[in-house]
Amino acid sequence: MNTTSLIVLLFAPLIGFLINVFFGRKMSKNLSGVVGTASVLLSFVITLLLFFSVKQPITLHLSEWFSIGKLAVNFDFVFDQLSILWLLFVTGIGTLIHIYSISYMHDDENMYKFFAYLNLFIFFMITLVAGSNLLIMFIGWEGVGLCSYLLIGFWYKNQDYNDAAKKAFIMNRIGDLGFLIGIFILGFATNTLEFSGIQQAIDVDGVVSTSGWYSIAAFCLFVGACGKSAQLPLYTWLPDAMAGPTPVSALIHAATMVTAGIFMITRMNFLFDIAPIVQNIIAVVGVTTALVAASIGLVQNDIKKVLAYSTVSQLGLMFLALGLGAYQVAVFHVITHAFFKACLFLGSGSVIHALHGEQDMRKMGGLRGSMKITYITFLIATLAIAGLPPFAGFWSKDEILLTAFHENKVLWVLATIASIMTAFYMFRLLYLTFFNEFRGTEEQKKHLHESPSLITFPLIVLAVLSALGGLISLPFGNSWLNHYLMPIFAHKEHAEHHLGATEYGLMAFAVLGALIGIGIAYNLYMKKKEVPTSDEVQGLHKVLSNKYYIDEIYMAIIVTPIYGLASFSKNFIEKYISKSVFGLGNVVSVLSIQGKKVQNGNVGFYLFAFVFSISAFLIYLFLIR
Amino acid sequence: MNISIVLILLLAGAAFTFFAGNKFASKIALLVSVASFVFTLYALNLYLNGADLSCKSIWIQNPKIYFSLAVDGLSLAMLLLTTGLLPLIILSGWVTKFENEKAIYSLVLFMAFAMAGTFLAADGLLYYVFWELALIPIYFIALLWGNGSLEERKNAILKFFIYTFGGSLFMLVAFVYLYQKAGSLEIESLYALALTETEKTWLFLAFFLAYAIKIPLIPFHTWQANTYSKAPAIGTMLLSGIMLKMGLYSVLRWQLPITDTAAKEFMPYILGVSIAGVIYGAVLTLRQKNLKKLLAYSSLSHVGLIAAGLYSLTIEGFQGAVLQMLSHGLVIVGLFFVSEIIFNRWNTYTISEMGGIRSQATKFASFFMILVLASVAMPTTFNFVGEFTILYSLYNVNIGFAIVAGTTIILGAFYMLRMYQQTMLGETNTKVFADVTIVEGLVLLVIVVLVFFFGLYPKPIIELITPSLQNILNQIN
Repeated sequence: MNTTSLIVLLFAPLIGFLINVFFGRKMSKNLSGVVGTASVLLSFVITLLLFFSVKQPITLHLSEWFSIGKLAVNFDFVFDQLSILWLLFVTGIGTLIHIYSISYMHDDENMYKFFAYLNLFIFFMITLVAGSNLLIMFIGWEGVGLCSYLLIGFWYKNQDYNDAAKKAFIMNRIGDLGFLIGIFILGFATNTLEFSGIQQAIDVDGVVSTSGWYSIAAFCLFVGACGKSAQLPLYTWLPDAMAGPTPVSALIHAATMVTAGIFMITRMNFLFDIAPIVQNIIAVVGVTTALVAASIGLVQNDIKKVLAYSTVSQLGLMFLALGLGAYQVAVFHVITHAFFKACLFLGSGSVIHALHGEQDMRKMGGLRGSMKITYITFLIATLAIAGLPPFAGFWSKDEILLTAFHENKVLWVLATIASIMTAFYMFRLLYLTFFNEFRGTEEQKKHLHESPSLITFPLIVLAVLSALGGLISLPFGNSWLNHYLMPIFAHKEHAEHHLGATEYGLMAFAVLGALIGIGIAYNLYMKKKEVPTSDEVQGLHKVLSNKYYIDEIYMAIIVTPIYGLASFSKNFIEKYISKSVFGLGNVVSVLSIQGKKVQNGNVGFYLFAFVFSISAFLIYLFLIR
Repeated sequence: MNISIVLILLLAGAAFTFFAGNKFASKIALLVSVASFVFTLYALNLYLNGADLSCKSIWIQNPKIYFSLAVDGLSLAMLLLTTGLLPLIILSGWVTKFENEKAIYSLVLFMAFAMAGTFLAADGLLYYVFWELALIPIYFIALLWGNGSLEERKNAILKFFIYTFGGSLFMLVAFVYLYQKAGSLEIESLYALALTETEKTWLFLAFFLAYAIKIPLIPFHTWQANTYSKAPAIGTMLLSGIMLKMGLYSVLRWQLPITDTAAKEFMPYILGVSIAGVIYGAVLTLRQKNLKKLLAYSSLSHVGLIAAGLYSLTIEGFQGAVLQMLSHGLVIVGLFFVSEIIFNRWNTYTISEMGGIRSQATKFASFFMILVLASVAMPTTFNFVGEFTILYSLYNVNIGFAIVAGTTIILGAFYMLRMYQQTMLGETNTKVFADVTIVEGLVLLVIVVLVFFFGLYPKPIIELITPSLQNILNQIN
């Protein structure tokens, strides 16, 4: 692979962004869409070529950035198995979602801006993934956060959406502070921010000497990952982020950006491996997030909110895998999740599109008749996320459960409960949306239609991937993915679980769990044909509907006190300082009476006097002397 | 050539602008400012090729005071900031119609002269004279062309004047004492002077008072918000873009090297004060109803961080602080210009009267957004390089400082995005908002381009300033 093509891979989406920013207003909507899509497609094609040709990591040095103290940071990129794998699905799913958006966003007056932001997002995502040091990764990291902000608040006339956008940005920044501190620690400890350099330094230092600081650094990086990948306690922005257009939810808030935390930890696996305490924290946070989010997802009525909590929950499972040191397994689930979750979001978008913006599942129902392709693809993706064989999600989730079972039975039990919940709420969603009678208005009913092919095409592709994606890492030995990723985890021996009676038993148990969840959903929503009511709910249900009141708690213990402090500072401290520092306040009022006289003077004269005397002085200095 | 040409150009330009009359004043001022910038670039080129640009001649025989200007990477960087921002500031004034233009533009150039002199002076008394001279023009600019009623204006501006002037008197006392010890106020002889630790402590405090007020650090900041909001935009830009860097620069050039041991002794406390200011300023922005006051407090927060970088007494801290002085200068000028553009259209600085602008003025909204992002230090903007470096240096001192000061990236995002949301977003406003004019667009474009350029390629600046910063650090240690 030559340098030029790598540069094209990196910058094609940026060029697409610039074209749409500067010329988009004058271009037709379709042209904007085509430019946006083509630029991402170009990156995808080059990534494919890379994928088939690269055996050894390629590095790309663009230029120096800055160096301070002993630390030099360059615009360097590395294309190895891990980054190529990530680039594949980022640009691949990115292309599909761009295609989808051409149709989905067609009625929006600012369509060119939408494509501009999407392209910019892809550019930053590539930077994040391909950067060869922590600070280049950080550029991408903050950049995707910015694009997320811009796209959540895409319909900026609605201040609620703007609030959601702002919340996402700020919660991410809380994590980013952790990330930065982690960078500082590693920078000082190893005098480099290059991944390879840090790895070498750690290998040399061994686990003994400075491992305390390495553990703290690992924890700080994990805090950053919590923000970006919506883990406890920083997850509350992600459900709100559904304010953005649905393709954005699919691309950024399900398939790609939110997996950045997992990517980062996988990239830094050598650091986390020497910090077992932090690994334990990650596993616990992950499984707790999975449970909390899944339980909230049980009672949501907004179709996108269900999917959002489901995303948080699935990310939690990935973190569980990371915490257990099973990086390949986490990566596997990232990939299958990207397929089926993108499919689900795009499917929900297709539904919302058909219902002219309706997102409340209580006003849906019976859509499988009029939206066949959407229904079938959605069904496949639902089966995948619920964990039924042979769909993709089964294999990846099962590996997580398997790993948990071998490491810690409590984690396994909790993760299994989360999986059962997942199966329940996903089929609840499916039944409420596609089965029984249509519950919307007559007007909507008349206009029910299948979406155009620009929308259904990506759905079909993603559904196929959701069905077959498990093939990349089947558990019967010779997992392609594990083999492919071997160089990344070369420093440690990897134990593939031998499939014995226990493992098959666990698989069967997982399937049974999923079937139980589905059965409960079937009983409630198909047999009894229940529709969730908007009446006052009681007890646990009420707590879940209100998402454990976590937003309210944050408001009460963080936001409100800050505003209180602001008022106190403004109304009390400022005035007090103003009056008391050296008693100048009083002096000023006395002098201000004198000052009035200045006001009456001839300013022109003052000016003249200044300029003249200074000039005279300088002339004296340079000419006369 | 020597560097005094830039000063003479600015001074002569001030006089010429005044005599040229109202009709041509703004054009001539712009011409002079551009010329001074070009000369600065020329000087930079000579300096990089090894030329000595300093100038020195005796000014007063007894006491022995020199008219001495010295040029190193640091002072050139500050001079570049001054003469680089000057054309932008003057051009931004074109948007506003001033009464008596010849006077205000003449004052602007005169102020630039005094500030440039402050950055170049290598003799204590000369430095002090420039330092105080810079106050006079801004006093008149704010008083005569400012906003609000004359009475309020006078109170705010006079408070500012007396406050800073009062603080500077302590610095003068310090210089008098130093002169008695050294027999000269030349900077090298002051650096070489052997002082006891007690003497250094007192000198440190005397300098500190002058600089803490000028920068400003809490609790010496109370002049700032009122002065910024009362001064006309052109004055606010001069104050926030350049003048407050006089204090920061002076810490580096005069205070730390002369009072080294005291600096080390006081370091943790002053770091504490600086970092407290970062948070305090950020928190106060949340309750501001006036856009200019909000920006003033954001500036308080940012300079707190810059000061923390300086007082960290590390090379990274120095580098970061100087980078951040330059980037903050660019961005805060841009932000105040944005507030002025809104004021020119709607005659208000009150945030609650704004909103719904983005849908009417795409270009304006984009420029504003980029400035907001620069202000919150997005990577690839110039501000990120500075902020990252400062926080990195604070980590070097103590991880606690880095974490507390680091909350600026959260709080900053909070108040800046909130401000952007309230001023720009929401339903289209019923009041019409015309997009930027050519002149407005030009000023903002130049700022935005520079912000990205140096964000991606800060290397030349770092290379320019690092040797002189290393010298200063060596002097301290």
